[in-house]
Amino acid sequence: MKKISGRDRLLLLIMGLLAAYQIVEGISDTGTFALAAFTVAFGVLLVAGLLLIILGFDILNSPLVVIISTIVPLSLSLGLVSEHLPDWQPIYLTFAILGFLLIVITRFKLTGAFAIIPVATVHGIAGMLIFLLPIIFSIQGKTPAGFAWVGFGGALIGVGGLLLTFLKSGKPILSKDTILRVFPGLLLLMTATFVIGFAAR
Amino acid sequence: MNKIKTKFRLYWPLIKYSQTSLLMITGLAGYMTARCPVTHLSTMLGLFLSLFLTISGSTILNMWYDRDIDAKMPRTSKRPLPAGLVTPQEVLRLGLIVSLIGTAIAVAMDPLYGLIIFGGLFIDVVLYTIWLKRKTAWSIIWGGISGGMPILAGRALGIGAVDWIGIALMFAILFWIPTHILTFSMRYREDYKLAGVPTFPSTYGDFFTRNTIAISSVLGAIVIGIAAYGIGTSWGFLRLMGVLSGGLLALAIASVIKPSETVNFGLFKYASLYMFSAMILLMF
Repeated sequence: MKKISGRDRLLLLIMGLLAAYQIVEGISDTGTFALAAFTVAFGVLLVAGLLLIILGFDILNSPLVVIISTIVPLSLSLGLVSEHLPDWQPIYLTFAILGFLLIVITRFKLTGAFAIIPVATVHGIAGMLIFLLPIIFSIQGKTPAGFAWVGFGGALIGVGGLLLTFLKSGKPILSKDTILRVFPGLLLLMTATFVIGFAAR
Repeated sequence: MNKIKTKFRLYWPLIKYSQTSLLMITGLAGYMTARCPVTHLSTMLGLFLSLFLTISGSTILNMWYDRDIDAKMPRTSKRPLPAGLVTPQEVLRLGLIVSLIGTAIAVAMDPLYGLIIFGGLFIDVVLYTIWLKRKTAWSIIWGGISGGMPILAGRALGIGAVDWIGIALMFAILFWIPTHILTFSMRYREDYKLAGVPTFPSTYGDFFTRNTIAISSVLGAIVIGIAAYGIGTSWGFLRLMGVLSGGLLALAIASVIKPSETVNFGLFKYASLYMFSAMILLMF
């Protein structure tokens, strides 16, 4: 496994500080449920960043990584659905809980494609929601134009999640070293776009 | 000038600057829980100086007393005293002078503050290091109480009394200290065995030690959360503290369910970072 460099640590530290800022600031005019969901998402980003700084890339070997990395898109998309499509909240909450449980079970009980399909499906749906909802609402004028940045973050989270899943499955699209080289930068960029997008909201 | 520089280079490792810095931050945080924004720079300077000198002084005195066991442990054998770079008499003199000046400044600033600072010094040097450290693994409780004195003292200086928040903050540090000491005693178990110092791993085994680390880390996070609430910390900071506590809890559970050197050391590092972050958050 590639050793974590000073540059990687710096990028992750900035990412953690941005996530911490978002947690402290909260998101204006947001309901309690959505705020809790966003806090969980940024909280996982913050703690994951700190653990990567402390323990290095070796922690990515843990089978828990895929499970924990699913929490970020699921809780972010849940927050967005709760805020902007409140009628869909119960259905999406059910999907999020069932999807998460399915990932937990398949991660420990199944291997190969059977383990990848639930992760790719849940990541895909959650990622699409984070990508599309802010962009559509910005175009429709329901939210300020800057909110579309959250959508760009959604695209990045989808890329990150899939890279991580394929890395864990042993069949990476890119080499392990390349994935790990871009990973801290990708996390920082993703967090920054979320923070910019939510600030514009 | 060169002589002073040489002496400074020899004396600097005697104060364990990273540990001293962290304890000083707890003292400053304790004060700032009551007095933020800080308007009395002279008090702040006095607080800074008295904490630096008394914490450094007690560490120097510990180094002086523990020089024989430090010499037996590979991890500490290169420290200035066991390495023969400074004499025991010189270190004892330095420790006493630094401690006395620090305590004198503390007493002059506020008698209650001075009393707590002196209590911390006494508990650390006399009760923990001289009396109990070589007798029982439970000596770490006294080490923890002395470690909690700077934050209690800082808070007492800020409000002019000892209140439940100050006591809670002291307990938070008390619960954090085992994470630090016990992780070290697991990582360097052979060193402690060589020196004949009783530790939790050698007395009760790894399972009990890991559980103690996990439980004390979680208790520390709970107590500091309660204290932060009592101080009136804003919801945003409380949310952040809750998130960081969640990370600590996850690592604590992992260290018990799936123990490994990496997880245990990760918990130790994270707990230190957690404590540092919590202190910063308490200041505002």
